[in-house]
Amino acid sequence: MLVHSRKARWAVWALFLVLFLPLFALPLLVVLGASFATHWSSVLPSGATIANYRAATRGEALQALTTSLVTALVASLLALAVGTWAALAAAALNKRHRKIMDALFVLPVAVPSVVVGLAILVAFSQPPFLLNGTRWIVIVAHTVLVTAFAHQSVSAAITRLDPAYAQAAASLGASPAYVLWRVRLPLLLPSLTAAAGLCFALSMGELSATMMLYPPDWTPLPVLVYAATDRGALFTGSAVAVVLMAATLLVLFGVSRIRTRASYR
Amino acid sequence: MSATSSGIRFDSVTVAYDGNVVLDTFDLTVEPGEVMALLGPSGSGKTTALRAVAGFVRPASGRVFLGDRDVTDLPPHRRGIGMVVQQYALFPHMRVEENVAFGLRARKVPRAEIRERVAEALDLTGMGAYARRHPRELSGGQQQRVAIARALAIRPGVLLLDEPLSALDAQLRSGMLAELARLHRELPDVSILYVTHDQVEALTLADRIAVMDKARLRACGTPRELYRSPADEFTASFVGGANLLPVTVTAGGVSFAGADVKVDTSSAAPGASAVLCVRPHLVGLGDGPNRLAGTLEEIQWRGSTHRLFVDVGGHRVMADLRELRDPPAHGDEVTLHFAPDDAVLLPAGVDHD
Repeated sequence: MLVHSRKARWAVWALFLVLFLPLFALPLLVVLGASFATHWSSVLPSGATIANYRAATRGEALQALTTSLVTALVASLLALAVGTWAALAAAALNKRHRKIMDALFVLPVAVPSVVVGLAILVAFSQPPFLLNGTRWIVIVAHTVLVTAFAHQSVSAAITRLDPAYAQAAASLGASPAYVLWRVRLPLLLPSLTAAAGLCFALSMGELSATMMLYPPDWTPLPVLVYAATDRGALFTGSAVAVVLMAATLLVLFGVSRIRTRASYR
Repeated sequence: MSATSSGIRFDSVTVAYDGNVVLDTFDLTVEPGEVMALLGPSGSGKTTALRAVAGFVRPASGRVFLGDRDVTDLPPHRRGIGMVVQQYALFPHMRVEENVAFGLRARKVPRAEIRERVAEALDLTGMGAYARRHPRELSGGQQQRVAIARALAIRPGVLLLDEPLSALDAQLRSGMLAELARLHRELPDVSILYVTHDQVEALTLADRIAVMDKARLRACGTPRELYRSPADEFTASFVGGANLLPVTVTAGGVSFAGADVKVDTSSAAPGASAVLCVRPHLVGLGDGPNRLAGTLEEIQWRGSTHRLFVDVGGHRVMADLRELRDPPAHGDEVTLHFAPDDAVLLPAGVDHD
């Protein structure tokens, strides 16, 4: 415990609540409140209703939810595969080449996502890679954006992994591929699922690049939230946002269950 | 897949990291079935030598042979060696039996044979009852046994042990020492290269000891040879404790701090300076042959023994004595003695860079 006296501990708690409530909890609570309301003219919302949710869980909104879930799932699996592959390859390189590789993979995070979106739009609007107008351009954009996070967390885990395990396996006669499959990847599994969860959450919330790319038949949920608030339907938008939040948290919770079962030490 | 090759040979192996030589033209032969201890302080290159056998470091020059097979360019998984490292490196996500079966599965041994050999290896190390456990559910000593069982399951011709006991407490360590000695009696064909910084482990287990210091081989011989007649000061001080006293050779003896001491001087010319090596437990208190008078500087009670540090003419002489009934006090004048046969005359430490 960093703080010993009882008074100081109360002070720290108070400070935490003062900072946490308005910054993190209140905005989310406001969205939650608004999603059940028809008016909000005084301090509290009024006109309690669940009509917003009825709209947010059928038709266009339901389809957008499926779109978001599929996009996030495919993008995070692709990002995980590419990021892990790159991280494993980088681990075998010398220090300087590894730094170059790391820098390359951080690029999509360092560059504003609007720029990434535009770049992808320009790059894939002409043959031979004509993806513009298809759902694949959205998935590719999301994959590019989240691969950086997958690569980063997996390569951090690889650095932490004791090389003695792989060496013991090799001395027992296991080929490098066998060592990778039976020893290194299983030991990295907790980090892999954590990275997958992170990628999934980021993809679920991606808006700026998506806005430039999405075709009419592949509208992810954040776009719908934006469109609703843009035309002034704040309460419907709030309900859709709550659905987005709940779906993301549900999946993350499921992924974290896998992680606890996969952590051996 | 029983190993045809046994025995290890280093043929002037040099290993360098970034131009830093960590093993310098190392020559050593471990005979089939022999236990060779590599003994030295940390940074002496002993672990590097072991890793060169395992294939985890590539020599800058020289060759490594397993039996008559040149393995210098082979990757680790083609060498067919068993290895146990300090922290055991048991796979935490596998049960004990899966850990032991790992090497056999990697070599695609038929399933029925795997079961048989896993059971055999676990029985050999007394871990048969723990097959279904995970490594985290085992104590340090048990993990150690599993690591040995895993290395032995592939029936290697060569077993490499890298400080295998250093993570255990003192009592377990002496038990495991006995266990390793028993294992070696039951597997007389396996050559063992045993890296340690602990002289007791080396003296207990090894058929021969290779003493290493500063990337070089200092001395190699049976424990008795190295202990009784060490070739140089470093070996004398590292293999068992030693008093290393600077002396001048005279006719029929040596002179130490003004006192005449009778020892065998056949190896040195009169007038030369030399170093006299006397083991502390061979030094007695009171009058006797080769009497040395001095002042008691320090006395340590170690239960069964007393260790005395006596200042003799400006030099510190250690004596390990059976627990004394009336131990002398600090500053007392005491006399020590030792038998002429118990001292070894070494050349003066010129090569001790």
